[in-house]
Amino acid sequence: MSADPLAVTRNASEAVTIAFGSSIPLQAYLAVAALLFCTGVWGLINSRNAVRVLMSIELMLNAVNLNLMAFSDYLDGQLIRGQVFAIFVITVAAAEAAVGLAILLSLYRNRETVDMERFNLLRW
Amino acid sequence: MTIASIIQQLCFLTLAAVVVLGALGVVLLPNIVYSAFLLGGVFLGMAGLYLLLNASFVAAAQILVYVGAVNVLILFAIMLVNKKENLAVIPGLLLRRLLSGGVCAGLFVLLLRVAFTTHWALPGPQPVGEEATIRIGEHLFSDYLLPFELASVLLLMAMIGAIVLARRDVFSSDVITGEPVDQGLIEKTRQPLLIDSTAAAGQPLLETTP
Repeated sequence: MSADPLAVTRNASEAVTIAFGSSIPLQAYLAVAALLFCTGVWGLINSRNAVRVLMSIELMLNAVNLNLMAFSDYLDGQLIRGQVFAIFVITVAAAEAAVGLAILLSLYRNRETVDMERFNLLRW
Repeated sequence: MTIASIIQQLCFLTLAAVVVLGALGVVLLPNIVYSAFLLGGVFLGMAGLYLLLNASFVAAAQILVYVGAVNVLILFAIMLVNKKENLAVIPGLLLRRLLSGGVCAGLFVLLLRVAFTTHWALPGPQPVGEEATIRIGEHLFSDYLLPFELASVLLLMAMIGAIVLARRDVFSSDVITGEPVDQGLIEKTRQPLLIDSTAAAGQPLLETTP
């Protein structure tokens, strides 16, 4: 009966997972992610500080990650490919933040400002 | 409704409120230091949401990478470039903000419509729960091996690129005496690139730092 004490724990945790699985609808996560993404887009368009633009990009990436994780848990519970994708997104986001802030630092040395309205060299 | 589901819904509502209000604060607050700290709060709230979604490994990775690395990097960048500057007034800024707000609200409604009208294949397979980390490891070393290795190359490229971009040009020898300098810490004065000549002649384009 108690030959495998881990089995009891595992069964209990499975029961908890199942009981937890269905009390929040998938659409709630999607709505939160959509709101986060739209906030990020608005900040990306309207920020005048270049650092805030980078922060808005991070917000958008996080919204995408939340979507991936929600789909992974609700629709792909066995293979959880969404979690793997989320890890890759986190990796790319870290690289993007490092390079973006380095570019920002270089821009600041050249132009002495972080005002996005003054970075208008490519304006037609 | 069991007490577990009530607690779970309370956790979800709290975390969602933290994330959404924090995101609004990141975008709207005038002081960018507050924005950066609120961004850390948003990242922590996202990690909590991941925990609710049975993804403990990604939640830990989120805290380590985002809160521990990206947010600290952003704070350092703010410290490096935080100079009080009087932003030039742009005509029609309010109109621009309202227009972009309308566009974003439209996008939000569109996304909500997609989310609530699509017939998702629910209920899906049962979540693996605590075995998620094992499954992720299996994925990373079998069918996602090539992206995994490419990610390491990408991180190396990003590291070298960031160093090259953020490096200062320094003299290798002293300017006055001509002796070689060991540390090479004398920074070359650099003319700011591409200054508009009329603006440079009339009003100074750059506020000179004291």
